[in-house]
Amino acid sequence: MSEKKPALWLRIFAILTFLYIYFPILILVIFSFNTQKLNIRWEGFTFHWYGVLFKDSNVILATRNTLLIATISTIVATIIGTMAALALQRYRFPGYSITESALYVPVIIPEVVMGISLLAFFALIGLKLGLGTITLSHIAFNIPFVALVVRARLHGFDKSIEEAAMDLGANELTTFWRVTLPTIMPGVLSGAMLAFTLSLDDYVITYFTSGPGSTTLPLRIFSMVRFAVTPEVNALSTLWVLTVFILLFIGQVAQRRQPAS
Amino acid sequence: MISQTAQSHPGRISLVKKLRENAQLQGLTLVSPTVIYLIFTMVCPLILVVIISFMTRGHYGDIIYQFTVANYSRLVDSLYLRILGYSLLTAAMTTLGTIFIGYPLAYYIARVPSRQRALYLFLILVPFWTNFIIRIYAWIMILRTEGLLNSFLQWLGIIHAPLEILYTPTAVLIGMVYEFLPFMILPLYTSLEKIEAAQLEAAADLGARPWRAFLRITLPLSLPGMTAGSILVFIPAMGMFVVPDLMGGAKTILVGNLIRNQFLTARDWPFGSAASMLLLVLTLIFTLFYVRRAGFGEELLV
Amino acid sequence: MTEFAVELRDVVKRFPNPGGGEVIAVNNVTLQIKNGEFFSLLGPSGCGKTTTLRMVAGFEWPTEGEIYINDQAMGRTPPFLRPVNTVFQSYALFQHMTIFQNVSFGLEMEKVPKPEIQERVEAALEMVQLIGMNSRKPKQLSGGQQQRIALARALVKRPAVLLLDEPLGALDLKLRKEMQLELKSLQEQVGITFIYVTHDQEEALTMSDRIAVMNKGSALQVGSPVEIYERPNCRFVADFIGETNILFGKVKALDRDKVWISLHKPSCDILGFPLRDFRPGQEVVVSIRPEKIRMIDNPTLGMGAAPNAPNCFPTRVIKTTYIGSDSRLMIDFGSDVHLIVWEQNRLSVIDPLAYYASGQELWVTILPENVLVMPQEESK
Repeated sequence: MSEKKPALWLRIFAILTFLYIYFPILILVIFSFNTQKLNIRWEGFTFHWYGVLFKDSNVILATRNTLLIATISTIVATIIGTMAALALQRYRFPGYSITESALYVPVIIPEVVMGISLLAFFALIGLKLGLGTITLSHIAFNIPFVALVVRARLHGFDKSIEEAAMDLGANELTTFWRVTLPTIMPGVLSGAMLAFTLSLDDYVITYFTSGPGSTTLPLRIFSMVRFAVTPEVNALSTLWVLTVFILLFIGQVAQRRQPAS
Repeated sequence: MISQTAQSHPGRISLVKKLRENAQLQGLTLVSPTVIYLIFTMVCPLILVVIISFMTRGHYGDIIYQFTVANYSRLVDSLYLRILGYSLLTAAMTTLGTIFIGYPLAYYIARVPSRQRALYLFLILVPFWTNFIIRIYAWIMILRTEGLLNSFLQWLGIIHAPLEILYTPTAVLIGMVYEFLPFMILPLYTSLEKIEAAQLEAAADLGARPWRAFLRITLPLSLPGMTAGSILVFIPAMGMFVVPDLMGGAKTILVGNLIRNQFLTARDWPFGSAASMLLLVLTLIFTLFYVRRAGFGEELLV
Repeated sequence: MTEFAVELRDVVKRFPNPGGGEVIAVNNVTLQIKNGEFFSLLGPSGCGKTTTLRMVAGFEWPTEGEIYINDQAMGRTPPFLRPVNTVFQSYALFQHMTIFQNVSFGLEMEKVPKPEIQERVEAALEMVQLIGMNSRKPKQLSGGQQQRIALARALVKRPAVLLLDEPLGALDLKLRKEMQLELKSLQEQVGITFIYVTHDQEEALTMSDRIAVMNKGSALQVGSPVEIYERPNCRFVADFIGETNILFGKVKALDRDKVWISLHKPSCDILGFPLRDFRPGQEVVVSIRPEKIRMIDNPTLGMGAAPNAPNCFPTRVIKTTYIGSDSRLMIDFGSDVHLIVWEQNRLSVIDPLAYYASGQELWVTILPENVLVMPQEESK
């Protein structure tokens, strides 16, 4: 696109859109310091609700669960998904097309449908709903996303470095560990990051596959928003936004340091 | 080296040899964990749902294994068709909304000098990496009767009684558009960014005014991005239930809410399964239609 | 010491065609490569030379036949168990490792102790004249430097045989010529067998002890550069190496160690040197290299040609190209048959007419030893 300065009306529209995007976040942050419990009018500045937040055992438990589930499901899905991406990118085997298409299904399927189907399935096999079922479900939708991202990054991978490694005396496993994996690592990390985020954020599927006592942060936030709206929710939201901002910022800086392969 | 290992582990050597020589076997081994996992967590559950959709509901909300098509015929009832139609309408309007709001912004970012673009994209993405329930809550704060918007408008004197925005279809639309905006902006931006300046200069050189150049050149060339964005918005929007649930109140029911209610409140799993099947089939139809036209676009994911 | 470093016996390689059926990449190749020699596989794209090399390296397995390295049958041995190393066309350096790590990788695989690795890597880098780059990454090096690192990485392992797959293809002309000389002297210095794949016949002629000329999966001729150039055994080899004039005719009569050929076009007789035993009446192909044709003004007053020597023909110049050191002529031999002639410009003259004007009528003479007669069909 040309780099002439864009027209004035375009700039105004863009600024308005940016405001539209950021305004709600700002409101959240500002009102997290509100003294008024009902959070309707601004009354005074306080850190009180942050204090409440840090003592809220439900929230702490939910945070711990969410991080645990996200970590486990990311690790498992990244390993399995990367293997699948390698398989699809390099080999032809019976059942290739079916597998390839089937991999897209969890990406396309409406989350509601996936949620209820897993609920029904767990009920059928008598598996009690809890952190375990949530984790299993998260792995299920994470594998295709990891596979998709890694596969996209595998395009243009130069096989000759693997041949070079084998030529120099490395067997298949050593070649994978010392040469292939380091080379595809940016793609694998991208996939892992995506999986982690999807797991962290997931509401719908978690909603259907969680049991009593196994709550995650999105679920907790939902019930807080639905039933017990106090500025504590704002405090929680503000902290979440801040964490995301910092992590993304670090991610961007790290990306800029390392030139993309 | 090979002979040494062969003497001590004859079984292992032959397995390794077999894998080494057979490329197909290698591929199958790598992909088998995925296949097994997906069979258990996707294929079996979905088949189960299909089966349940043909079963009958028992008095206490359990499932009686008696074949019936009653669930599907119930779906054709005008009440449910209206819900379906409403969901499709909402999804369509959400898509249009994201196009109207997102296009100018995407266009702006594509025109800005390259080094600024990364910054703008980063700024757009930050809010959307936060949990979406948080963001919907923010809108609830703004839109409810005692909320900020009403307080502000009343303070300005523009209105005297609060506007009922929350718990109406309008609120749902606002929330959905907000939610899906980046899914439209990013593909649009990618498309627009690829348009060479030279083409627009050629158009100007040949006598086209800026608006004409936009309609005849920029717009058509940005169509792939718009199509990709539309798919990324329309299809998930069809099955959305969180936004209607939080912002729409009892009056606004979409397919997603219907399914959820059937499974958890009304405990009519067979009917809920039938509705799910309907939603799934619609999703597949729209997806296939798009993929046949324009390919899958994985490049957008990277 | 075994007799041959590498031997291929009746090696065939077939690949399944994506559209169905099979394509024969290597069609019954038998080669014997001696210890310490610089052996080239030369041929056009798709002739099977790279596939052959990859089979020696172990990246592909022969569909039929067997490959021997140091008299040991390789069978389906994987590359990391073979005593050969490869220099790849794309260099295939490990981008995520430093130069030192790249070159030491092979020694690490052999579990060589650290101090020895340090020593050998530095010696290898010195051999390719690239010291002081240890902690750089491949991306920071130029094409020529990367190529030398790839070489060092393979040589540091002291393989019995070094395989090189068009390693100089990506370099510009001047650098390529420099590297050709460097590689050749390196090979002589280190003394290991090199098997070198290239499509550039000048490169092969410059560097090799022996060349195998390949086409369509078969090795057509194996010999030293001189043998390949001066005694091609079939039309393809004569055509592919350097330039040549090809004429068609029939054996008229045998004359001691020479043979009289009656050409089809133009109708005249020419005395030639047979590369096979021929019978009168046999259809043959005649190959005459352009630098072997001499231009003279008059056969009786000929410059260096004996009066009434055989192979004197009247011709007319069609076009001259002046290249500075040579003149390249296209002459009309008769019946629309054109010959290419190369003459060195031995006299420094400014008058353009001295360089064969277009339309000029001249006689040419060719020594019978320079008229090579070979059979019609492609020989094995």
